[in-house]
Parts: sequence; C-alpha cells; structure tokens
Amino acid sequence: MSMTDLYNITLMQGFAGLSLFSVLLLMGLGLAIIFGQMGVINMAHGEFMAIGAYTVYLSSVLAERFVPGFVQAYFPFAILLAFMVAFAVGWLAEWALIRHLYKRPLDTLLATWGLSLGMQQVFRSTFGPKEVSPTLPDWLMGSWSPSEGLDIPINGLFVMALTLLVTGLVMLALYRSSWGLKVRATVANRPMANATGINTRRTDRVTFAIGCGIAGIAGAAFTTIGSTGPTSGSLYIVDAFLVVTFGGAASLLGTVASAFGIAQTQSITEFFLDGSMARVLTLLTVVVILMIRPQGLFAARIRK
Amino acid sequence: MSEHDPSDPISLHRRRLLQGMAVLPFTGLPGLSFGAAPPTAKVNTTGLAVTDTTVTVGQLHSATGTMAISETGSIQAEQLAIDQINAMGGVLGRQIKVIKEDGASDWPTFAEKARKLLVNDKVGTVFGCWTSASRKAVLPVFEKENGMLYYPTFYEGLEQSKNVIYTGQEATQQIIWGLDWANQTKKAKTFFLIGSDYIWPRTSNKIARKHIEQHLKGLVVGEEYYPLGHTNFNSLINKIKLRKPDCIYAVVVGGSNVSFYKQLKAAGITSAKQFLLTISVTEDELLGIGGENADGFYACMKYFQSLNNPNNAAFVKAFKAKYGPKAVIGDVTQAAYLGPWLWKAACEKAGSFDIDKIAAASPGIELKTAPEGYVKIHPNHHLWSKARIGQIQKDGQFKVVAESPSLIEPDPFPKGYQ
Repeated sequence: MSMTDLYNITLMQGFAGLSLFSVLLLMGLGLAIIFGQMGVINMAHGEFMAIGAYTVYLSSVLAERFVPGFVQAYFPFAILLAFMVAFAVGWLAEWALIRHLYKRPLDTLLATWGLSLGMQQVFRSTFGPKEVSPTLPDWLMGSWSPSEGLDIPINGLFVMALTLLVTGLVMLALYRSSWGLKVRATVANRPMANATGINTRRTDRVTFAIGCGIAGIAGAAFTTIGSTGPTSGSLYIVDAFLVVTFGGAASLLGTVASAFGIAQTQSITEFFLDGSMARVLTLLTVVVILMIRPQGLFAARIRK
Repeated sequence: MSEHDPSDPISLHRRRLLQGMAVLPFTGLPGLSFGAAPPTAKVNTTGLAVTDTTVTVGQLHSATGTMAISETGSIQAEQLAIDQINAMGGVLGRQIKVIKEDGASDWPTFAEKARKLLVNDKVGTVFGCWTSASRKAVLPVFEKENGMLYYPTFYEGLEQSKNVIYTGQEATQQIIWGLDWANQTKKAKTFFLIGSDYIWPRTSNKIARKHIEQHLKGLVVGEEYYPLGHTNFNSLINKIKLRKPDCIYAVVVGGSNVSFYKQLKAAGITSAKQFLLTISVTEDELLGIGGENADGFYACMKYFQSLNNPNNAAFVKAFKAKYGPKAVIGDVTQAAYLGPWLWKAACEKAGSFDIDKIAAASPGIELKTAPEGYVKIHPNHHLWSKARIGQIQKDGQFKVVAESPSLIEPDPFPKGYQ
C-alpha cells in the first residue's frame, strides 16, 4: 500500500461523502419546500420521485424505439419532462386532496399515505412488479480518472451538478422572485397575506406542485445510481424525512446543512465500520442531537 | 397421440408428452397415467380434494408487494408445468385444478393462506414460497396439518422436513464448488465477502469463509453487510480498492443489486480489472441491472436460460410462447418448474395422492426431463443437482463457462461449516 494509493482513496472517499450529500439534499429539497413552507406532511414524496424515475424510463424506451439516434442525448430532456409530469400530478393532488385538509395537518399524513399506496399500485399495474432501469447514455456511465488509480464516478458528478443547479434555482426563486415572496408571506402569516391581496390558495397549489416537481427531478437523477420499482419510493421517504426534520423544518439552509452532516457521518463510519453499523450510528447521532435540539439544526425565526 | 411430428404446431405438447413418458419407467408404475384412472377411494385415503376426474393443488406466492418482483417467475413456471401435465393426461388420470393464493410479501399472511389451503381446500400439494422468511412462516402449518410444499428458491440450508421438497440448491451446493472453481481457474486467494443484511447472505458467507480459510487456505480480506434496499456503495467500493481482493464474492439481493453494479462500474471496477463471483444474480436481476453494467462478471447457479440441451430448448420455447418473447428465466423459475413434475412422479410412484405415501416415495425420484439436465431427490428431500458458472453478457444472458463434473449431493447440515 503506497502513499499515492492512500491519497487516492482519501480523495475518492471524500467524493463518496459529497456524492451522498447531493443525493440526500436532492431527496429532501422537495419535501423541505412542502413540509417546511406549507406544513403538509407529504408521505407520497417517494412516489413523486418514482414518477420522475418512471418518466425517464419511459422516455428511454420511446427514444430507443422511435429515435435511436437520440439515445445519447435524451437524458436532460427526460429530466425536464420528469419535472413537468411530477409537477402536473402534484397540482392535481393538491386540488383534489390536500387543499381540503390544510386545517388538519395530521390528516394530510393519512391522506398522502393513502395517495402513496394508490400510486404504488398504479405503477405496479402499469409497469409491472419488476424493477426497471432506463438505458443510460454512455457518457453518463463509467468513471473519470485524472490519474492512475483515481476514479471519480461520472454519474456522481452529474447528480452533484444537478443538485447544485436545482438548489440554486430554488433558493433564487424563494428569496428573489415574487412567488417566493408570496410563499414566505403565506408561511409567516396566512390571514395577513390574504389581507394584502395574495392569493394564498394559488400560492399553496404552486408550492406543492413545485415541491413534487423537484421530487420528480430527484427520482430522474437517481435512475443513474439505482433501479426503479413500484415500491422504490418507500425506500427514499425515510431518508428524505430524516434530512428535513434534522435540518429544521422551515429552513432550506438547515436542509443543506443536515444533508451534509448526515452524508459525512454515514460515509465516514461506513468506511471504518460496516454498512449496517454505520446506519445505526448515524441514526443514533441524529436522535441524540434532536433530543437536545428538538427544532432541528436551524429553526426559522418567526414570532409566535 | 404418441406419434411425433415436428411440423405439427402442437408438437410442443407432444414432445413434452414423450419426455414425460421417459420418466415413467423409473416410477415403477408404467402406463398408469394413461390407462383408466384408479378409483378415488384407493388413491385418496385421507380426504384430500380429489375427485374421479380432478385433483386440486394450491399455489402460494406473493403476487403483490415487494417480493412480487421475484416471485412472478415462479408463479408462471409452475402454471406452465401444470398446463403441460394436464395436456398429457394429468396425474393418476386426474386433471390438476389450481387454487392461487397471494401471500402479499407478508409472512403471517403466508401462514394464514397455507392453513386455508390445507384445512379448508384440502389441496393435494402446494407449490410456493420464495423467501426463507415465508418458508419459515408456513413450515409449522405444513407439519401440523401434514401438507406437502414444493419450495423453489436456493436457500441457506439448515432445514429438512418430511413435508417440504426443496427444488433449489441449498447453500453448500451453490457455494463450495463455485469457490473451488474460482480458486483453481481464476487463482483467487483473497476474497472480499459482501451481502445484504439478513439470514441467507450471512449463512452463505459463513460457509464461504470456512471453505476459503480451511480448504482453500485463502484469506478473507473483508466481510460486509448492508441493509436491504441500500443504494449507496461508494464507501464499500473504496474499501475494496484499498484491500485489493482477488475475488469479490457478492450476495447482495433485490434493488440493492442494481445500485451495487452500477456504482462498481462508475468507480472503474469492471471485469477487465476485477474478478467478481456472485450467487445472487440471475437473468431476472439482470433485467434491472442491465447486462452492460455487469458484463464479464460471474455467477454460480444450477441453471441458466442459455443452457444448451434439448430439455431446456423445449422449456424456453414453451415459456416464451406462453409469456411473451421478452420473458427471461432465472434459476429459481426453473426450480419452480420442477415442482409439479416431481410431485406428479411421486404420486405415480406411490400410486396415491396421500401425503405420507408421497413423502415416502419421493427419495430416489429422478427427472430426466428437467431443463437443468437431470435431477434426483435425496432422502433429505433436497435435489442432487449440478452447479454451473455463467459469465454475464451484455444482452442480460449468461454464457455457461463451467459445470461441475457430477451431481452435487445436497447437504443441508454441513459438518465443519457451522
């Protein structure tokens, strides 16, 4: 074992942590918007991710069948499409279900859980019970090796770049756009926001749909690292909630910090211990910190 | 109906018929299934659901829930075998009727449905279960109500029951010969064992470790388990790079498989640089993983869809005719297909549908028509079968590169491996 080897592995391990960080952040982002800004506990978040993943799968099948020349290029378009489909379904779900329950936050938990079960069955009936993977363009697979023995996964880089982009856009939209202003006003004081002429119902609907759309992007991105099945969503939901609650519900910055903390703890302990042990230690750490700081890492400063 | 005309569109059934007849001389009761059906009172003394023209059996798998991914193939294969048996006259002159129950990937549900099949429906036998957890859940029911279960999955061993016929490999059959092959052909001395965190991978790796350390005089440089459904293997991959094993021995199951192989490839660990042997990837898993993400790696199984023999050619053709040209057949699917044929042979050898007589008649039963080649039931109710090494191809199929020279004896309680 030479020094270069150790150096390379340290670098790659650092990258593994960062890559897990972007995965967790992308997972939690949509949920943070919906849960943090609206107080709706969206148990169907994982299924909206699955919608994104299945959209990519469908696009890949269609591209292969009808425009084989397009297979190398369809992926970015499929991600956009995943956002749009998840956005549309989210819009519909808000209209049909969520808007009737805003005054009963715990009931949204039940309603969205029911929604998630229904969506799983729809996936199962449409795509079958087996797990599927889209055909990915060649440029997404494989590794980038700047030097001998150092391999940086390209799909990891891709997810990282996408996470940066999406997080940047969300921050920008929330703090610099008129929609963001309306959302923040609604969160801070709904009756007052109403009184100033903000259509809070419309704001809610757009916010929910955007949260779902981002979940769709996350699901689309994860097709590069895993497979998609009818119940894939339920695998993601625990991690997504972990990130959001740990970060502090109403704070996007908190979500970023918590994703970073959890990812680093997980990947470092995973390297020195074994996968199941690492999971136990990470969860224990989160539980202990939440016991000391129940509001999460970053709490929104709102006058009660 | 015994003329064989290959140009005839229904010749497939006829070929099956001929193959089925080939079994008869070994059952000791030639011709019974074609003559007049023996009287019901004689073949059914314990009140099973047998009439003068039909016999009812149960099928108990997960058609819904997480395990539906894996169990669908078994459901299809058992149905195919039953259809073929019915087309050639049934069992003891009786057509097989199937009652399908859904275990819904939930182990108590499996136990409840098993009781329903045995107590209310009085089925002659049950083909079913997939995970060890579901088998463990139904086992007490089958033993108490004295039913018969044909169980298709390769599993961890350490079990034997009068009421179960295990048509898949138990752990030693799948592991030991494969490791010997890795040691001799690939000169593998150091191994990194990886598994999903539950009983089958842990038991399998325990056997593998004993064999590597005691018999191959090799070294296990790592043994790691990850929760079911785990999707992030980057840290593990770095550990593999640090320890540089000759062989990665992978017992990862379910959706985790897909992440594992995609990330291996993304980290530059391909078959050109690294030898990997798995006992948990079949054609079914490759559908999800994608052949291009794992090509060149090896799997040790008893059956691959690409096996080149006339039995398998007929089986694959019939399977695709029934379930579509894109259907793939994995190891467990083939093992599930054996169930109805072995039960038929046992009934005919015993001349009865009675559970006790079938259990007693089963040891020694041979199946020369098995797609995997030739199998025989051992007195411990497992199958003698061969082990094979397949190399993963880009199209999601395996190329068979090695085969054990003889049938491997099932040994569910291996001495020195526990």
